Amino acid sequence: MSSGLMSYVWEGLGNTLLLTVFGALLGLVFAFIAGLGRSSERTWVRGIAMVYTEIFRGFPSLVLLFALIFIVPTFGYQLNPLFAGILALALNIGAYAAEVVRGAVKAVPPGQIEAAIALNFTPWQRLRKVVLPQAVVAMIPPFTNNLIELLKATSLVSLVYISDLTFSAQLIRASTGETALVFFGLLVGYGVIALFFTAIMKLLERMAARSLGRTVPSGLFGRKEVAA
Amino acid sequence: MTTTNGEFITFDGVHKSFGKNVVLDDLSFSVGEGERVTLIGPSGSGKTTILRMLMTLTRPDRGTIGVDGDYLYHEKRGDQLVPASDGHIRKVRSRITMVFQHFNLFPNMKVLRNVTEAPIHVLGKPKDEAEARGKELLELVGLGDKLDAHPSQLSGGQQQRVAIARALAVDPDVLLLDEVTSALDPELAAEVLDVLRDIAKTTDVTMLLVTHAMKFARDVSHRVLMFNEGRIIEDASPEQLFNEPEHERTKSFLRSVIDET
Repeated sequence: MSSGLMSYVWEGLGNTLLLTVFGALLGLVFAFIAGLGRSSERTWVRGIAMVYTEIFRGFPSLVLLFALIFIVPTFGYQLNPLFAGILALALNIGAYAAEVVRGAVKAVPPGQIEAAIALNFTPWQRLRKVVLPQAVVAMIPPFTNNLIELLKATSLVSLVYISDLTFSAQLIRASTGETALVFFGLLVGYGVIALFFTAIMKLLERMAARSLGRTVPSGLFGRKEVAA
Repeated sequence: MTTTNGEFITFDGVHKSFGKNVVLDDLSFSVGEGERVTLIGPSGSGKTTILRMLMTLTRPDRGTIGVDGDYLYHEKRGDQLVPASDGHIRKVRSRITMVFQHFNLFPNMKVLRNVTEAPIHVLGKPKDEAEARGKELLELVGLGDKLDAHPSQLSGGQQQRVAIARALAVDPDVLLLDEVTSALDPELAAEVLDVLRDIAKTTDVTMLLVTHAMKFARDVSHRVLMFNEGRIIEDASPEQLFNEPEHERTKSFLRSVIDET
């Protein structure tokens, strides 16, 4: 492949990784705000969090992206396309991951919170020192699924002319005519990136489990629940 | 041990029901400063609910609970009692702590940090002071060599002893012990009870205990309250209550507990 075509590949790979990483980070922020919001004692906080998760879970990422790119400018404001892509993906994945946050927080045994009350921790200290460190360990495996979903969803941005990996593949296909080879290579590319993210998450999972004095079976695919 | 203030903890007209089930029925009693009081009775008779109310884990439906002149769930405003703010509850609660049946150590903290976290972040003690005191307390409960262990690496008896050290580390005036040996087999229970006997002997902390370990109750308590169906049916010294119970229900309860063990 000529160096010209290779530069498409690198640009595409860079943007795909950028969309995935920043989409995940921003999505994580949405997930924690909404997930913790749904466990709030205040009804209106719970209400807002619920409306967010229910609405954004139901929006296809692609339609949301079209809305951000084509509707927002009618209000006189043009979003940077890459940022619009990150935002659309984050809003969507954040709504899914919020349920993960909520479930993991709820799964912390009530005795833990009672012990924190008995030591007179403030509500914020209970959350930060007792609930979250334990809940996060349970969040990581389902977050891995969310992250891979997000990676796959990034390919949608090619439809609004953001030069991600899929968009680059289309360019290369157009200029070489090698349809089968290019799409096969694209599939392999996404598969390798997914493996890379899975491995990183596995590492995080093992570190988190160790903080609770547990061990996780080694190996990329050895994701087993370990008794406390 | 002499009691300097006979009304250190007061329950006045406290009522609690869960649905139709009345757990505490217009209950009034008081506990003196430094007094050790054991609550006994069949399960569901409201003993644990009393400890949980003092720890603010369960709210009473009616009535007042006082701790050294302050109400736990109410504040005085002029002559009126109004529902307490969170700040007021925290202030009064700071004098009380609790050891639980299932230990509830924080698995995300090693043993020493379980003990020092509240002294540092709630009481605002300097870290080195809190750690020195934490090590001393863990030494006292016989776990001076487990400072860096994870709770999950300890036996149940060891975990409960850490929980006791953690409770003492916040310098409580009132220590609530809720069936602290019920989840342990007899040998491990014995090591926990030994530690508690020591603490009862060497400190003047006020203790309220719910336990089925009757010999232990007899050894450490000044007073025993027998509960039945949300009421206190007998209030006597351990000698009196265990040797010559007055109430028929107390006799049958004690017989069943002693048969069991």
